[in-house]
Amino acid sequence: MNIAVCVKQIPDQSVPGKLDPVTHNLVRDGKLILDDSDSYGVEMALQLVDRAGGGEVTLISMAPNGEVSGLRTALAMGAAKAVLVSDPSLAGSDALTTAKVLAAAISRNPFDLVMAATESTDGYTGTVPVQVAEILDIPSVSFAKKVDVENGVLKVQRQTESGYDEVECPLPALVSVTAGVVEPRYPSFKGIMAAKSKPVEILDVAGLGIGPLTVGQEIVSVRQAEERASGTVVVDEGDGFQKIVEFLESIKVI
Amino acid sequence: MSLSKIWVFAEPSESGISTTSLELVSAASGFASTVEVFCYGVGSEAGQVLGEHGAAKAVVVKGLDGVLAGTGVASVMAQRIPAESPDAIFFGSTPEGRDAAARLSAKMDLPVLTNVVNLQLDGDRLMSENAVFGGSEIVSARFTASGPGIFVIRAKSFAAESKGGSAASVEEVSLGEIGSAGKARIVQSHVEARTGPKLDEAPVVVSGGRGLGQPDSYKMIEELAKLLNGAPGASRAIVDAGWVPYAYQVGQTGKTVKPTVYIACGISGATQHMVGMKGAKNIIAINKDADAPIFTIADLGIVGDVQKVLPKLIEAIKSKG
Ligand SMILES: Cc1cc2nc3c(=O)[nH]c(=O)nc-3n(C[C@H](O)[C@H](O)[C@H](O)COP(=O)(O)OP(=O)(O)OC[C@H]3O[C@@H](n4cnc5c(N)ncnc54)[C@H](O)[C@@H]3O)c2cc1C
Ligand SMILES: Nc1ncnc2c1ncn2[C@@H]1O[C@H](COP(=O)(O)O)[C@@H](O)[C@H]1O
Repeated sequence: MNIAVCVKQIPDQSVPGKLDPVTHNLVRDGKLILDDSDSYGVEMALQLVDRAGGGEVTLISMAPNGEVSGLRTALAMGAAKAVLVSDPSLAGSDALTTAKVLAAAISRNPFDLVMAATESTDGYTGTVPVQVAEILDIPSVSFAKKVDVENGVLKVQRQTESGYDEVECPLPALVSVTAGVVEPRYPSFKGIMAAKSKPVEILDVAGLGIGPLTVGQEIVSVRQAEERASGTVVVDEGDGFQKIVEFLESIKVI
Repeated sequence: MSLSKIWVFAEPSESGISTTSLELVSAASGFASTVEVFCYGVGSEAGQVLGEHGAAKAVVVKGLDGVLAGTGVASVMAQRIPAESPDAIFFGSTPEGRDAAARLSAKMDLPVLTNVVNLQLDGDRLMSENAVFGGSEIVSARFTASGPGIFVIRAKSFAAESKGGSAASVEEVSLGEIGSAGKARIVQSHVEARTGPKLDEAPVVVSGGRGLGQPDSYKMIEELAKLLNGAPGASRAIVDAGWVPYAYQVGQTGKTVKPTVYIACGISGATQHMVGMKGAKNIIAINKDADAPIFTIADLGIVGDVQKVLPKLIEAIKSKG
């Protein structure tokens, strides 16, 4: 079974994010890393290929400046190869443009399943995966908390507002996973060494063979939100509960 | 100046139409002279509550037969857009709403604006506001492409207001052939039973996070919530760990809550958690780390161990009777 996994490479989230004051795009200087959200998809894909007893995991990413450091992390986990689309014209892409690029990149190799995260850490539109599925004309199952493939049928437990649904669908299909789906492995030293020589195909929009892409939305302004004033912070000396009781009484909850 | 027509994607709940969907219908009726709703899983009686919230018409999609609702309803909308050309289409930021918005967007080549928390009329089109970096900055955006604007709106951004209008007319349509997208089918639904008030409507929410240490400690959260006539909630960390179901999750990917008081126990206060509870009127936090970000938004912060504070708090409230 061949699985294409969409992986986003994003700025390190431990460094506070910034918007460019002129373009309003997210500032992306400095090294990009593999989005944690996508490490679950990579792990899930590796396990499914393993269970199927054959096939490989291909990573798909769109990122500026030929950035590959996040891809190397996922290759070190065990993915076989990667396709990266990098083009200055893609700066400030919206979800639909991103989906068009990813779909075109995915189509370059045969696939049985496409894997993505329910939402990315920095963009969190939560729409890119299902847009990709529509463009590729395949079924999709989002919000997956458990994924299996049996006899060419994708079986998913999909989170719902009130519980979960068991969803089945023939391949090829797309599935977007939540963080609880599997525990991602840490790359081993051997994996890290092997990743250095795994193939990464880097393309621009022209190389991808898709027409001109226009972004259909714009940011008009950015402003500071009202701060929520912080209140009292006290260290519990055995009477912390009493402070809470008094507070709840003061707002008439008890 | 207002828009002429807005469509709203509405989802069912045990009591008819979900509150989040009614919020969107109310919001839409403030911006457009005609509001039409696309829904599923309800009967013609839904026309009443939708009409009261400002809708003129409800299109009820029948015969989903296991097809994922977002996918099915999006295909019905796509067929009707060319002839009916709405100015904007509203979706809730729910699993179904996102599926529907994404399918429709790609099908019709229309961009989407997501995580919307407010909307304003800007001449003859809508401008959205969305909160970034955990709500510290607000970005205003609008569409430049022509065609209906697709907005995915977060719960509790607008009030659901019954204006007492007459019932919306109901048109039932059956799902036609929807191609490969329809091959994903629900074979079984599992509903996780819960008691007490609903998480997103409860006046008191008591949430637990990884700082509880082990799944068994969540019982304290449930007990405290019950004593305060509230609902228990959770951070994603303990949902992912399987301690509690997803329906308990508060935050970016879970529920948005706006209770009178929110009590966060052993929760660090990640930006994705805070966007779901920052709107609470009062926030109490218990965390053993004095530098935990949750304290920056708490009205009352207790730097302490949940294992020590919670049992005493529960006893004290019990003894008050
Ligand atoms: C795209 C995306 C979407 C997300 N959506 C959500 C969402 O919807 N909701 C959500 O909650 N998160 C969400 N997250 C995850 C979020 O980033 C955090 O990882 C998560 O909220 C952390 O949960 P936590 O506070 O329970 O755990 P931690 O961050 O591990 O915090 C545990 C806290 O407990 C404290 N503690 C430890 N022991 C004790 C003790 N004995 N007594 C008192 N305090 C103690 C620690 O000091 C610490 O502050 C999302 C992340 C991403 C990337
Ligand atoms: N630039 C990108 N490169 C690769 N995958 C992406 C990209 N943008 C989004 N995705 C995929 O889509 C998921 C959801 O992203 P989003 O819709 O932005 O929340 C991500 O977790 C990735 O799996």
